Amino acid sequence: MKLNQTYKPVIGLEVHIELATNSKMFCGCPADHFGKKPNTQTCPVCLGLPGALPVPNKKAIDWCIMLGLALGCKINKYSTFDRKHYFYPDLPKGYQISQYDDPFCYEGKFEDIRIRRVHMEEDTAKLQHTEVNRKKVSLIDFNRSGVPLVELVTEPDFSDVDEVILFLQELQKIIRYLGISTADMEKGSMRLEANISLLLLGSEPNTGSEPVTLPNYKVELKNINSFRFLKKAMLYEIERQKDLLSNNKKIVQETRGWNEARSATVSQRIKEEAMDYRYFPEPDIPPIEVSDKDIKILSDKVPELPQTKRERFLEQYNLSKEYIEILVSDLTKANYFEEASKLSPDMAKTIANAMINQNLDKSYPEPAGLVKKLVELTKTDFSPTPEVGLAIKSVLVENPEVVKSYQNGKGQVVGFLIGQVQKILNGKGDPKQINTILLGKLHGN
Amino acid sequence: MKQLIDKSIKELAVGLRNGDFSSVDLVSESIARINEIKTKTNSFISTVSNELVLNSAKEKDKNIKNVDNPLYGLPFTMKDIYQAKGTRTTSGSNVLIDYQSQYDSTVYKKVKDAGGILLGKNNLDAWGHGGSSENNDIGPVKNPYNLELSAGGSSGGPAVSVATRCVPYSIGEDTGGSIRNPSSWCGITGLKVTYGRVSRYGAIAYASSFDTVGPMAKTAEDCAYILENIAGYDPYDGNTSNIEVPKYSEIINNKLDYTIGVPKEFFVKGLDKEVETSIQNAVKELKKLGCKIKEVSFPLFDFGVALYYIIAPSETSSNLGRYDGIRYGNGRDKFTEETKRRILIGTYSLSSGYYDEYYNQAQKARTVLIETYNNIFKSCDAIISPVSPTLPIKIGELINDPIKNYLADIYTVTQNPAGVPSLAIPTGFSKNNLPIGMQIVGPHFSEDKLLNIGHQFQLVTKYHEIKPNI
Repeated sequence: MKLNQTYKPVIGLEVHIELATNSKMFCGCPADHFGKKPNTQTCPVCLGLPGALPVPNKKAIDWCIMLGLALGCKINKYSTFDRKHYFYPDLPKGYQISQYDDPFCYEGKFEDIRIRRVHMEEDTAKLQHTEVNRKKVSLIDFNRSGVPLVELVTEPDFSDVDEVILFLQELQKIIRYLGISTADMEKGSMRLEANISLLLLGSEPNTGSEPVTLPNYKVELKNINSFRFLKKAMLYEIERQKDLLSNNKKIVQETRGWNEARSATVSQRIKEEAMDYRYFPEPDIPPIEVSDKDIKILSDKVPELPQTKRERFLEQYNLSKEYIEILVSDLTKANYFEEASKLSPDMAKTIANAMINQNLDKSYPEPAGLVKKLVELTKTDFSPTPEVGLAIKSVLVENPEVVKSYQNGKGQVVGFLIGQVQKILNGKGDPKQINTILLGKLHGN
Repeated sequence: MKQLIDKSIKELAVGLRNGDFSSVDLVSESIARINEIKTKTNSFISTVSNELVLNSAKEKDKNIKNVDNPLYGLPFTMKDIYQAKGTRTTSGSNVLIDYQSQYDSTVYKKVKDAGGILLGKNNLDAWGHGGSSENNDIGPVKNPYNLELSAGGSSGGPAVSVATRCVPYSIGEDTGGSIRNPSSWCGITGLKVTYGRVSRYGAIAYASSFDTVGPMAKTAEDCAYILENIAGYDPYDGNTSNIEVPKYSEIINNKLDYTIGVPKEFFVKGLDKEVETSIQNAVKELKKLGCKIKEVSFPLFDFGVALYYIIAPSETSSNLGRYDGIRYGNGRDKFTEETKRRILIGTYSLSSGYYDEYYNQAQKARTVLIETYNNIFKSCDAIISPVSPTLPIKIGELINDPIKNYLADIYTVTQNPAGVPSLAIPTGFSKNNLPIGMQIVGPHFSEDKLLNIGHQFQLVTKYHEIKPNI
């Protein structure tokens, strides 16, 4: 028995993301397959009929590259699709079109985690194991066959289960910010796999924090459809492997799933030797060139990402970390908040509070409606109209530069001017009224 | 016996519009001729019902005066790899023997839209795997000049249909000589196009990066009319080019002013003497027509067979993976010995540990081959080559000797990996009255030049007018 030995978990991730493009990866069939009647969204291409040929979906490739850019990846100027061969009834051509040697994105880094690659492939059909006339059968639904799928692979850089979950949650947000997928795990549009093994501490040369030699086995946790279950599975797996290693037992290289009822990981498939997928370049699709100009256009399309937004919200609105996290987690909420705050910058905290604690954004679909309501609630008496007019007049006189920049097209300065007016009125102005009069003045009425 | 289908496409088009004969006359002649020929030569796998084709011909006759397209109202056939809704598409294999097409291939759609009338689907080497139309489950296609001999392959059935005047033309497919070889052995004209010139959508794949769709007809002029209709960009085939389709039928009338290369390595031991003499005479004819003839060198051309028989089986092992017996009725045990051999060679070449030594090495050789062609075409517009090193071979000889079988492709397997076009035309007959052909090979997208040379040659020769006595 090796007692008191300490092990360090070595974890790498593979994440599959179904893209929300209109059409499938290599044909014109609709890509949105969830809840659709089986086999109603198919054609010769996604059924793999003799003679049919794949033609790649440009938008899916663009989105894959945008995700790569958001994760700090390098973009291959010259990419190819490859055929990955294996036999399974959900794979109508006998191979999956994927990428091997030249993925669209490679060598990224996100926070401290190195991203090995982000590549494009096609989803398989869906098997339904069911009963027909009291006979057990497996049915195939080809609606999912050929749906664009992005595969993201990290290096085995995680050693902490919470880090893994934080990374995945952040990734999910980024995907949603990019608007490329719903990243909904229950619907299977985001699928998680964790490769996990244990490294005996002291067994690696002492050259730095990263292990130089990796354990000679790995267990793949697969088919897990929530962060919570993945966390439980990883924690369980670390204990299971620790136990085996401490008892000098060999760990089987295999795929394991999470059984919630038993609160345990269970073996699904044992991989005795590496599969030979016989990859070779897909001859039906010409290589794809991505120019610097293409990359520039796509990186310009990458929106403000969650981390930048957090930092900005802190600086601009001085909200609590907790509030910021809630707003940033939901892009719709974050946008609503910003729109409302623009109307009444002094009330940012009140607005956030109303949204988060009272869900008032649900009652007022228009941010202006919420602001008006909040003003009514907090300040029963608005300043009389003449006072508002005077305040606006003096603000305009005092800020000729700002007025000029408004006239030069910088619409966002209105927020600043409203803020200045409210300052004079001690925050007692009706934001809607200020807005109307101010805009009128700015437009010379 | 004189037939309407002896006429060229242009003559048929004029005759139809002049009212000299009708589409119904043509289709009736086709039906009768197919019935005479098909059992003797085994050139058909399926035919479309008489009622359907005659009704279609009647329709065409009503409109003929309003339509310019020369293919309008003309019967044709296709190699049995092209999907056409309402037909069986077997690829010559028991694996797909009852398979009904679920959609139309692009080439079929284009010809149908042009007014072509599909009469039937032709026999071949299953999946294109062969050069003698013997490797199939239907039985060998027999040469109409001598029924003991092979018609060549893999597009043997289409070649016989044209040679015996069952139809004015047929759509073949060429992966390593499959249009040119049977054209040459049956005395007709066949064009292997530039890769990407004609859409492959709906053609059952043999080797995806080599497969080309092309016309087989009596003359280069006929091929020009067909190619004008089937070439061009297709959104369903990502490898098709958007280079404009020239008006081939006009360009072919240009006077010849080309430099033509004759690679010395092609005319050596192993090439049949009668074939060599026939081609040399043809070259003299081209000189008389205004071409400059130049000896050139094609080094390492015998590498072609080796690289072809690595890459093509690799791709075919992948392409045939879907015929697993689950969705298409018949299982893998129904593949022929030759097809199993190619699947095994390909699977081996792609396997980890062997990939670099075989598949990758072959791809490097392919790059060298492309450079060789590029270099040659710096100094000449086209080169002349034999099609087959021999006259038509006895049925059974090639299929039972795989190495001999592969070496028979030596002159036709280098064009497909390089993607260059090649026109096979008749150049004469052996003393035993067997057809001989040669190929004119040009750079990418030089079909206009090749057809120009072929047409001018055929204006001063008569070999393309001769048909078998069957």
